[in-house]
Parts: sequence; structure tokens; C-alpha cells
Amino acid sequence: MAVILSFVIAFLLTLVPVPEWATMYRPDWVALVLIYWCLEIPDRIGLGVGWIIGLMVDIIQANLLGLNALGMTLVGYLANRFQYRLHMFPWWQQAISVFFILVLYRALVGWLRGFVSPVDLSYGYWVPCLTGMVVWPLIVIILRDVRRTSKAR
Amino acid sequence: MARETSTTGLFRFALLVCLSVVVMIVDFRSHYLQYARSALATVITPLHVVATLPQEIAERINIWFVSSEGLRGEHQTLKAEYAQLKAKLQKMQALERENQNLRYLLDAAEKVPERVLMAELIQVSLDPYTHKILVDKGLNDGAHVGQPVFDPSGVMGQITQVMPFTGAVTLITDPSHAVPVQVQRNGLRAIAFGTGSAGRLRISYLSNNADIRVGDLLLSSGLGGRFPRGYPVATVNSVKNDPGEAFLKIDAVPMAEIDRASQVLLVWRGSGKSTLTQNPGDDVDGMEEPHIGILNQVPGPE
Repeated sequence: MAVILSFVIAFLLTLVPVPEWATMYRPDWVALVLIYWCLEIPDRIGLGVGWIIGLMVDIIQANLLGLNALGMTLVGYLANRFQYRLHMFPWWQQAISVFFILVLYRALVGWLRGFVSPVDLSYGYWVPCLTGMVVWPLIVIILRDVRRTSKAR
Repeated sequence: MARETSTTGLFRFALLVCLSVVVMIVDFRSHYLQYARSALATVITPLHVVATLPQEIAERINIWFVSSEGLRGEHQTLKAEYAQLKAKLQKMQALERENQNLRYLLDAAEKVPERVLMAELIQVSLDPYTHKILVDKGLNDGAHVGQPVFDPSGVMGQITQVMPFTGAVTLITDPSHAVPVQVQRNGLRAIAFGTGSAGRLRISYLSNNADIRVGDLLLSSGLGGRFPRGYPVATVNSVKNDPGEAFLKIDAVPMAEIDRASQVLLVWRGSGKSTLTQNPGDDVDGMEEPHIGILNQVPGPE
């Protein structure tokens, strides 16, 4: 339940309109939440869920179907693959790993996008990886709390 | 044990990657997935509604605090504008009748009457790397893929995805979009490509001696059959002639308020057939890069 709710909120955060200057900094909320759940409950959340979530992102963003599905599969795979290692990391090391996962995700999606339409892969495109790294500890704290309270109930 | 899980993980990864690639290709090349998308979108549309709530609440609050003074002023200006437009419309009606008569005399094809529907923008931010907007009219209102979209001042884009209650509009500034245009002054035909920035279109493939100037108004030419003829698209704001290049470098500013409009018009042609029934993939104008061969033959003034 908490998982579904967190994904819904992540979807909303990707959709909520923000001022023009802020769009550049918007982190990939959905990918971050996916990484968190992949690390916390890897037996339930992984590639398959990632794929479905990615497909939903494509639909809400009116994008080419399968674009984010592929990207999220990659995120799910990486997070699952390195789950044991990432789980042991201190928070800052975790954040750096998350940064690299996001970079790979964006690289893949950006490259695929290039097939469909010309796309600008300059610095601005990679900024969300940085902001994603910055908000990662926040996400861990919030979702951990949510998880504890939902378990306690 | 650990080894095995990692191989099955890799296998599943490869499987899902293949699946996504197939989905992408099918979605890009054909309209088959339109229905799957619509079905899934029904589940997801509430998200769009919820996502607009903060903005809407902010607007409501704003409305409360608007002074009656300001409203009165706005009312006055709107009234004046209305009177002006009405006067213009009267003249337009007469002209339209005259035009029809003349066309009839000349035995020329009559302009197809168009049906319009006002659509409200859904204020959500879609993918920031494509220029798309979401409107609140979809399949249920008869919207279809390829339908032209205008705002009160010009061509805005075309619908590229329809969901039951919403439609995604690809704007003319999207880098994958192109509109066939015509210079109002002399009828010179050209193509206006999107650039990916909200205030700029690029006019390509006009030879160095083409008669085009800064300030020229570009109208939709109606070639390709997607956008009706004669709607303002953009004004030329820079023409660069580099003798070393084969073509002029021309920038134009879209007439439509691409990033500010909150209401848009969907237009149906007189014989409004759904493009979904057309051959998949034969997007004549708009979404596909036009063939340069055809463009080179674009003649000068008629």
C-alpha cells in the first residue's frame, strides 16, 4: 500500500507544474522512489515493476511508449543487482551510487529519444541527476518513516 | 544460489529490454497502440486532474483577491475590444460572401467550412524535452490524431495522442514538428520547423535569392492537408544570407502564444475523417521530416 502511494505521489511530483526556471532541476522522482523500493524490498519490487511503472510514466507524459519503460527497467536492474552492496553503504556513498544510476538512466533515455526527435543533451539535461542525488537522503528518510508507520499498523 | 538469481535477473532484464524496444517501435511506426494507451490513460487521467489542483487553488485564491476596481477596468477594455471585433466581423461576413461568390464564378474549389471547439489546457508539465501540452478534449469529444490546434492568434500545433478525456498536442515548436507555410506577401512556400525553444521556428530550404524579409507574415499553406489554409503561423524575425551556404538561415517567431495560452481551439475540417483510419505511417506533413527533394522544387512567387 505504502509502495503504491509513494509511486502515485512520485507521479504527481513529476506532473505538478513548476515555474519555468525550476523545470530544469526537477529530479526524476519516480526513478528515485523505484530505487528506494528496489533496495528495501527487492523480492517484491524489481525489473518487472520498474517496467510497468516506466510505461505509466510514458503514458502520463504523453511520450513514446516504452521509452521510460526501458529506462526504469535499467534502473530496477541496477538497483537489484547491487542491492546488497548499496544497502551496506553509508548514506553519502548511496547517494553517489544513485547519481550514477540516474546518469545511466538519463543516458539511455536520451539516446533513445535521439532516434525519434533531435534532442539537446547539454549540461541542462544532466542536472536532474545531481538534484536527484541531493534529494536522495530526503527520500530515504521519508519513505523509511512511511514504511515504519505502515508496518506498525 | 546468488549466481543463479543474477543470471535470471539478467535474463529478465534482456527480456524486458526487448519488450520495450518492440513497444517503442510499434508505437512510433503505427497507431496500433493508440487503444492500449487510451485504456491505460483512463486509469491515469485522475492523476492529471490532481496534479493541476495546486495551480487551480492558487488561481481561485487569486480571484478572491482581485479588486473590483481592476475587474471593472478589465471589463471596460474587453467591452471595447468586443465592439471592435464585432465591427470587424461584420465586414468579414460581407467579404466572405463576396469571396464565395467570386470563387463560385471562377469555379474554384470552395473553402471547406470548419468546425471549432474550445479546449482548456490542463496545467501539467509533461516531458520537458518535448514541446507538448495536454488539453481537456479527447476521444469523447471527437478529437482525433492529426487534428490541428489553434489559439486565438495563430497555429499552435496538432493532436498527436488522444485519450478518452484528454489529448496531447505537439506544438509547432517541437523539434520533430514541421508546418508547411506560405509568405503572406507573395505566396512563397516554405516549411517551418520547430526548434525546441518556445519562441523560435526555423524556416529551412529557401534558396539564397528567395524573396523573404524580416517582418513577413507566414500563413499555413494547407499543403499536406493537415493544417487548413490561411492561418497565421509566425512572423519572420531574422534572415541571414551566408553566400557559402546553399540556403537562407531564417528564424521566425510563432504567432500563437505557445507557452502562455490557456485556451486553445480544436478545428475539424468539413469532411472531418479520423486520421486513425488512414494508412499508419503516412503522416504527410507535420510529424515527419519532409523529404528535401520535394522541398527543392518549391517554386517562387506564383
